Amino acid sequence: MADKNGFFDLSKTALTRRTALKGLAAGAGLAVAPGFVRYSQAQSSAPIKIGFQSHRTGIGAAYGRWYEKTTAAAVKAINAAGGINGRQVEVIIEDDGTDPGRGAEVVGKFATQHKTDIVFGTLFSHVVIGSAPAAGENKIPYFVVSEGHHVASTKLNRYVFQPGITDVKSQIQSMAPWIAANAGKKVTQIFPDFAFGYDHRDYLPPALKAQGADVIAQIAIPPTESSFTKYFPQIPPETEVIYHVMVGPAVLTFVKELGEFYGSNRPQLFGFIDSLEATDINSPGLEFLDGSHFWEGSPRYAQADDSEAQKAYRAAVGIDDNGAAVGDPKDVSTAAHMFGCWETLYVVKKAMEDAGYKGPEDRAKLVEATEALTAFAEGPEHPQGAKTFNGKIHQCFGIQNISKVEGGKLKVVHKTKIEDGLYEAEGDYTTQAL
Amino acid sequence: MHFGPHLLLAALEGLVTSAVLALTALGLSLVFGVMRVVNVAHGEFFMLGAVLAWAITTAIGGHPALGFLAALVIAPLIVGAIALVAERLVLRRLNYNPEATIVATIGMLYIIQQLALSFYGPEARPVEPPFSYRILLPWFGYSGYKLSIIATSALLLIATWLVLTRTRIGLIMRATQYDSETAQAFGIPVGRVYGGVFALGAMLAAVAAVLIVPISQAHYLMGQDPLLLSFIVVIIGGLGSLRGTVVAAVLIGLSDGIISMFFSPTLAKIIATLLVAMVLVFRPQGLFGTASR
Repeated sequence: MADKNGFFDLSKTALTRRTALKGLAAGAGLAVAPGFVRYSQAQSSAPIKIGFQSHRTGIGAAYGRWYEKTTAAAVKAINAAGGINGRQVEVIIEDDGTDPGRGAEVVGKFATQHKTDIVFGTLFSHVVIGSAPAAGENKIPYFVVSEGHHVASTKLNRYVFQPGITDVKSQIQSMAPWIAANAGKKVTQIFPDFAFGYDHRDYLPPALKAQGADVIAQIAIPPTESSFTKYFPQIPPETEVIYHVMVGPAVLTFVKELGEFYGSNRPQLFGFIDSLEATDINSPGLEFLDGSHFWEGSPRYAQADDSEAQKAYRAAVGIDDNGAAVGDPKDVSTAAHMFGCWETLYVVKKAMEDAGYKGPEDRAKLVEATEALTAFAEGPEHPQGAKTFNGKIHQCFGIQNISKVEGGKLKVVHKTKIEDGLYEAEGDYTTQAL
Repeated sequence: MHFGPHLLLAALEGLVTSAVLALTALGLSLVFGVMRVVNVAHGEFFMLGAVLAWAITTAIGGHPALGFLAALVIAPLIVGAIALVAERLVLRRLNYNPEATIVATIGMLYIIQQLALSFYGPEARPVEPPFSYRILLPWFGYSGYKLSIIATSALLLIATWLVLTRTRIGLIMRATQYDSETAQAFGIPVGRVYGGVFALGAMLAAVAAVLIVPISQAHYLMGQDPLLLSFIVVIIGGLGSLRGTVVAAVLIGLSDGIISMFFSPTLAKIIATLLVAMVLVFRPQGLFGTASR
């Protein structure tokens, strides 16, 4: 195994003076290129820079793509209406690879290299948890559009906010009464074996218990698993409801294999929409889901009673009545989550205006102004519905939709109320030093 | 569920894994056996097979079996052609230097993955099985298509074995494997044999992927698991040994099915990896491999 051809001999590639000079010249050229312009004049003319931590690659890529589309639509609308504090908004995107380590690097990059005003975006709970310390260290506000209980648990830090989407603990609590009353009392849970799945594991049993129902089995599935049949024998035969919440590319297989295993003789199914996001319900093998129920943050399919704000939002983001990209029915959106990007950006706008935000030196003021918010009214800025915000735990609370799969579509059959999802705060971020 | 049916389900699942794994690992093993190239991009050829199967079935439409059969023929051919080009452009220029080819195939892995992401996208997309027949057992239902994978894979393995042992092509391949310099001296075009073997290895991975894609889906990151498992199989079975590859694939597939069902999937991975370590310590050439010359 000798290195006969010298592939690994680095001594031959010494840096010549000419190369070094070329490098210097290129560097200097870059520094004066557009984009590196320093706004030496009044700060008010510089755009507000939002660093967007996006799942461009990795298992969250389908979400990332739609989060980017939604963000672009919201920024376009905000800029068209005059921007924030009279300044235009500019979004800088970095790929976090749906990976916690890279997520933390991206946050650092936004803070030190791009010098963005805030960091925004990401969905997957392990990326949020991995990135939060970097946001705290760099003292840069970090607005996430995840849905895990990690922000509201107050286990992160004062710079992390989740003002645009409800957390899992609240979602479960508001839906448990419906599950117990309509689907069944003996529930078997199937969930991914990591952070977001654990929220379901920990908060569903007490929420159902309060409704006189029981979780009789909990089946954790490793996130890298691609075949599921071997787990199904663990489902107790007396199960009345299978509660499933799987994410990532294997979800289709999960549902198909469940279909093969049970056939038509199945327990009731109640799924978190994560099991179906960005997936066409009319994909082969999913006929099995007909008649089952899903939770949706914002409905994928246009509903008869949609508000004007909801219609305008759907048009701005570019999704049709089936929740697919306009012009491409196969490109199914992540409608149940991505509204959070739109709403979060309007929360950021409101908080920056309240704080009289001028630049990174006002980040602490921005944190305090966000914490002072209490409620968001339903409307063009909050098309999913009204929300309350608890500044102590940096978490918003909103309504949820329970939808039934009927004829290859999701039809909303029940809407929860904000009060259904409220719980006692577990801590208080405002007591932490800024 | 009672122990008997539970074990039956575990064994069936394990056999499906084994069937696909045997084909994939055989490709890796052939490439190493003949060319001494550790092809780290093998999993990406697997992924390409699945992605192309999606593209072909979508383009053809009609009865799912039509598209699927077309994919089973066309996808491996395209993947083989891509592998052949990669072999000519990269591996040959490195003179098949063992260290350099590892680095080069890692590069290929990333290039293929990024191309798939750019042109195919990040979604996992389903391919309809050629037929959907649900076998109804007294305890549970099982996919008839999954059983057909086991049969198809067995046929393909037998065919490969016949080619290697009974045909002139096989003879040339074995001669090149045994001693490439002497083979060259006897007028065997070693360079062309290498190109062919590399393409064949990639095609085996692609066939395996086309078979699995109706029960899994096509996704641009799907190459990682098959690569890792193929390495495990090839190390246990012995590099370049067809018999070893098949035995090890059945062993790993079944143990994965049964252990992960009765205990935990993580334990199955721990045991498989531990087995690799044990084999490397006590029988470095693998269970059926021959000591290196």
